[in-house]
Amino acid sequence: MQKLGTQTIKFDRPPTVLETASIVGPKEAQGPLAKYFDMLLEDEFWGEKTWEKAESKIIKQAVNLVITKSGLPADSIDYCFAGDLLNQCISSSFGLRELNIPYFGIFGACSTFVEGMILSSILAESGAANNVLFAASSHFCSAEKQFRFPLELGNQRPPTSQWTVTGSGAGIISSSGTGPFVTHATPGKIVDKGIKDANNMGAAMAPSVVDTLLAHFKDTGRNPSYYDAIITGDLGYIGKEIVIEMMQTYGYNVKPNYNDCGVLIFDKEKQDTHSGGSGCACCATVFSGYLFHELKEKKYKKILLIATGALMNSTSSQQGESIPGIAHAISVEI
Amino acid sequence: MEKIETNKQYQDYVDKKSPNSPILKNCFNAFWVGGLICTIGQLILDICAYRGLNEEVSGTITSIILIGISAFLTGLNLFNRIGKFAGAGSLIPITGFSNSIVSPAMEYKSEGYIMGVGAKMFTVAGPVLVFGISASILVGIVYLIFNTQSITLV
Amino acid sequence: MDMFFQSLNIMDYVWCFVVGGLICVIGQILIDKTKITSARILVLFVTLGAILGGLGVYQYLVDFAGAGATVPITGFGYNLAKGAIKGVQEYGLLGAFIGGTRAAAGGISAAIFFGYIASLIAKPKMKKQ
Repeated sequence: MQKLGTQTIKFDRPPTVLETASIVGPKEAQGPLAKYFDMLLEDEFWGEKTWEKAESKIIKQAVNLVITKSGLPADSIDYCFAGDLLNQCISSSFGLRELNIPYFGIFGACSTFVEGMILSSILAESGAANNVLFAASSHFCSAEKQFRFPLELGNQRPPTSQWTVTGSGAGIISSSGTGPFVTHATPGKIVDKGIKDANNMGAAMAPSVVDTLLAHFKDTGRNPSYYDAIITGDLGYIGKEIVIEMMQTYGYNVKPNYNDCGVLIFDKEKQDTHSGGSGCACCATVFSGYLFHELKEKKYKKILLIATGALMNSTSSQQGESIPGIAHAISVEI
Repeated sequence: MEKIETNKQYQDYVDKKSPNSPILKNCFNAFWVGGLICTIGQLILDICAYRGLNEEVSGTITSIILIGISAFLTGLNLFNRIGKFAGAGSLIPITGFSNSIVSPAMEYKSEGYIMGVGAKMFTVAGPVLVFGISASILVGIVYLIFNTQSITLV
Repeated sequence: MDMFFQSLNIMDYVWCFVVGGLICVIGQILIDKTKITSARILVLFVTLGAILGGLGVYQYLVDFAGAGATVPITGFGYNLAKGAIKGVQEYGLLGAFIGGTRAAAGGISAAIFFGYIASLIAKPKMKKQ
């Protein structure tokens, strides 16, 4: 493991993404990526009494599923990293309280999944662990309740708004294996360009993606064309366009191989999701379901996954604060 | 495109990039739904008047019926669809006030009847009562100041 | 019932529809153009209704459009202000405190009661869109 340039980690003995698992809600199950997910839920409560309990159950089952799929005995998993959007990350800690694996709760808003993946890879390569689990979840209803309005309130969503993905993605990073390998990671800096509109998260987070991408290319000496796919977490349609145009001003053309999980997961026209999907589960389920599948099938050989987070809460919004963004990048190659 | 340096430049750029709400369509829907709700209110008012009830009682009955209908539709999970379609058309009439009390009551039931339903019921509508009632008291006091001669103080 | 329908004036209904609709359109323009949240719009309208009611201006709109002016939340503000003035006329300063809420008591109580009932029997559901 070594540091390249200003902020990139290069893994000398690249850890393997051993296995992933994904569970999504009913709306995502009607989206274009449905066939790639392991489990499609029929209702948002999943037999629970509250949205929060339902989200806990989703992340719990996603974690159980990835352990089962990997074929590893549960006690061979050394540590786990997990996080979500609810206050003090209760979905993760309540969902995983019976897991019996040393647990780190992490918060990176919607960038949590890749944050966990980077930390897991560092632990695995350092020799401190053989297998490390990472997971993230979000739920449309619990997120609306916490960040916006009651579900039954009759308000209109502006066209810039995004739709929180219901679901959870989980993965296991292993120090030995046959790939796909985590080769580089570029943890992002907090970038705040002063956007205050909580209904335009993509625009608030896009500058952090540009910052991380520039650092990644500079540190590694790579170009956008090195990757088969550059995929951001949840910028949606507006954020995606902003990244393409801003990268252009720095002399990088990312357009041909760049896409966003929030754009991929829903059908904008049929599902009326406005600017696309968002939430921790957006990038978590798209990577665990779709992207990991494509890597395994060798349709993609090199991808750069950049999860994006908006580091605000409802109090900061009400106090008129702007929305700081963060973007963590990880290269996964076969 | 030029390189974006300052926050101001970025904000201007984002404003340009972000699609606007379909304002004409929204206004049209708000107009006819809002108008229709008021017309239903007028019909109830006229029925009350026809039955010989006075203006004040008729007004109160109209409010209660519209609030009841809106609460009923909210409970059936239908009001949010009307709201999505009509926007201010269902928000501005008294139906929106009712929806803004009923919807958090339903949502926060999971936190119990006291701190959930009871306390959170006013998260959206509370400010309406605070500012509406405060404004009316101020109006009353101002009226009193300008009409002291004609009114006997208690 | 025929007698009742014969007693109605079509033009009353036309103006009720138009004025009620237009008040909503003003709200819609504010929502779409200024990104003010719906809670703020309601507060703005109720306060405006109370002030215009206090100045006696809103009364003209009510005389002209009936429910078209009283059903929107501005009418709620007007009703509060009108009640407060009536209270002052009857009880002096004390009336400023009891008049407004008394005039709006039916609506407020109904909304609270129905909200409570709905929480007993109904459950929030995911928006389909």
